Amino acid sequence: MRINDLEKLENEGLERLTSLERRRFLQLGLAVTGVYLGGTILSLTPVAEVQAAELVPEVGQYPYSPHYAMVIREKFCIDCERCMEACVKTNDVPVYGFRTTILERRRTVAGGAHETIFMPVLCNQCNRPPCVRVCPTTATWKDKKTGIVVMKPSRCIGCKTCMTACPYNARYFKEENRAVDKCDFCWESRLSKGEKTTACAEACPADVRVFGDLADTKSRVFELLHTPETIIWVLRPEVGALPNVYYVNV
Amino acid sequence: MNKLLAGVLPQEGGLEASVSGKYTAAIGLCGLLTLVGVAAGIHSLYAGHEHTFGVSREVPWGVLIAAYVFFVVTSTGLCIVSSIGHVFGFKNFNPIAKRAVFMSIATIVAGFLVIAFEIENSWRMPVGNVIGANATSNIWWMGTLYGAYLFFMLIEFVMLQKNDHKTATAFGLAGLLTGVAAHSNLGAVFGLLNAREFWHGPYMPIYFITSAAMSGCVAIIFFTYIAYRANNWKMSSEMEKAMEGVAKVGALMMAVIIFFTCWKMISGISGHPPGKYEAIMTLLSGKYALNFWGGEVMLGMVIPFVIILAVRGKSMPMLFAASLAGMIGIYFMRYDLVIVGQLVPHYHGMGLVDYPELLSYTPSLHENLVVVGGVAFCVMLFLMGEKLFRGHVAEDH
Repeated sequence: MRINDLEKLENEGLERLTSLERRRFLQLGLAVTGVYLGGTILSLTPVAEVQAAELVPEVGQYPYSPHYAMVIREKFCIDCERCMEACVKTNDVPVYGFRTTILERRRTVAGGAHETIFMPVLCNQCNRPPCVRVCPTTATWKDKKTGIVVMKPSRCIGCKTCMTACPYNARYFKEENRAVDKCDFCWESRLSKGEKTTACAEACPADVRVFGDLADTKSRVFELLHTPETIIWVLRPEVGALPNVYYVNV
Repeated sequence: MNKLLAGVLPQEGGLEASVSGKYTAAIGLCGLLTLVGVAAGIHSLYAGHEHTFGVSREVPWGVLIAAYVFFVVTSTGLCIVSSIGHVFGFKNFNPIAKRAVFMSIATIVAGFLVIAFEIENSWRMPVGNVIGANATSNIWWMGTLYGAYLFFMLIEFVMLQKNDHKTATAFGLAGLLTGVAAHSNLGAVFGLLNAREFWHGPYMPIYFITSAAMSGCVAIIFFTYIAYRANNWKMSSEMEKAMEGVAKVGALMMAVIIFFTCWKMISGISGHPPGKYEAIMTLLSGKYALNFWGGEVMLGMVIPFVIILAVRGKSMPMLFAASLAGMIGIYFMRYDLVIVGQLVPHYHGMGLVDYPELLSYTPSLHENLVVVGGVAFCVMLFLMGEKLFRGHVAEDH
């Protein structure tokens, strides 16, 4: 019907609408709104109930116990790659993948020389992990006790959304498992068997990687992060993932 | 079974498809290409994507995701277009409704075929989706809602065939609502990733729905014209009016998409937002500039928009030309959206040595074959539908 024809029609008026019809219309509207609202609220539900919103959580407010964390003393890294070798060996990492690697930064310093900084990276075991939120089948989750982001390979459908969501490039698809693989702070290979530290931290000759329980105020990771006047930083803080891998230069 | 089919398949009336060698050859070719695509997909599952696909750790989503997005956007769009007539009662749009519903089913099935080979372990999905249901995952909502959507659309189509318009309208509305919810969740799959600046934000779900409506208009003109032309059917004046109406709605949607795209680009340049700026510049003047200016802007927006306006939606061959340009352009839109969103490396802007400024991705032969297989399967369903359902002619009601 054209707009010109519409204009010629007589106005039916609202008074002829029965109240039953109004109610039906209202019901439909409310049902539609309800469905959408339900979905929206669900997709906003946080992964863990307790979440520290600060870079380093306040003492006594650690969401996990033990709250595993790693402190990387960046300036001491010499790029010997022994951490990478130890990781490959311990966790059966294939040649095409890696759970941890070392990136290299260079800048000019006063006097015209160059300074090279090595930056070890691994899964940040985030407190608000984007990879966990997106997984359609809960094949990856944050362990309720330790806070480690773990994988159940047999549940992984290989949609790779977690790989796209990870801000740190910490995940890769392991053909042998037909599942995404990632660093689990050596939970599977060492910690669950009673060992106290990760393979990479143990292998490091320069004492760059310090692993421990942040909730334990006597631990070295706690000390490093709570020394006065220490500058602490994390990678890509703007994405809001709240990492548990910290960088310091002391 | 036969009795059930008899109720669904029209025995008489409608338009008789011309039986010719060409038709059989077309079906045969599509069937063959589908088989080749499926074979390439199965081989990839067996050999591992690592060896057969162009995707990598850094760019995990490739052309198959783009093709999947293309198919489901088209499907949702066709569902939206079909609902204008027989859910919302704009009778002008009724003549295209049946074909639109049928093709929305055909396109989503083709999309599922493609995604089945993109996902490395798709067989784990039915069980994993239920026992591992994750309400915070947009991809879970998208998959689950699209499953429901396919179900509703199938029932709607059957009811339309049985001339039970009341039930068809109810299922049509259910299909529309789940389709829109599913599709906006697909947008959110990209839009809620904080780590990918090019995608992150409310733009994606909004853009997805609008471009679905646009794709639906383009697709129904495309398929309707081919069906009539190939069978030498004569379009009724109602059908011509419907095509005109659809073309105009399509042009309106294109105008909205042009507006959206302009501001997406401007907001990505202004103030050089980190991560986003590099991706936008790749499209505007980098490696993907031809895709963007030639594919997205010219073929996908400007050419169809200008044609539809120039002929005021009245010349069918010109509308077909517009829709052909539109279909190709929209494919480029999906491809660029998926790929360019992943090209800025994770640790960008940190001054890293031996670290790419921009990642790259090239689809492999296997990936391309699966896409061709998906397209061929969709076309085959289209051809079969025209013959089985006698030109999807709407009875008066």
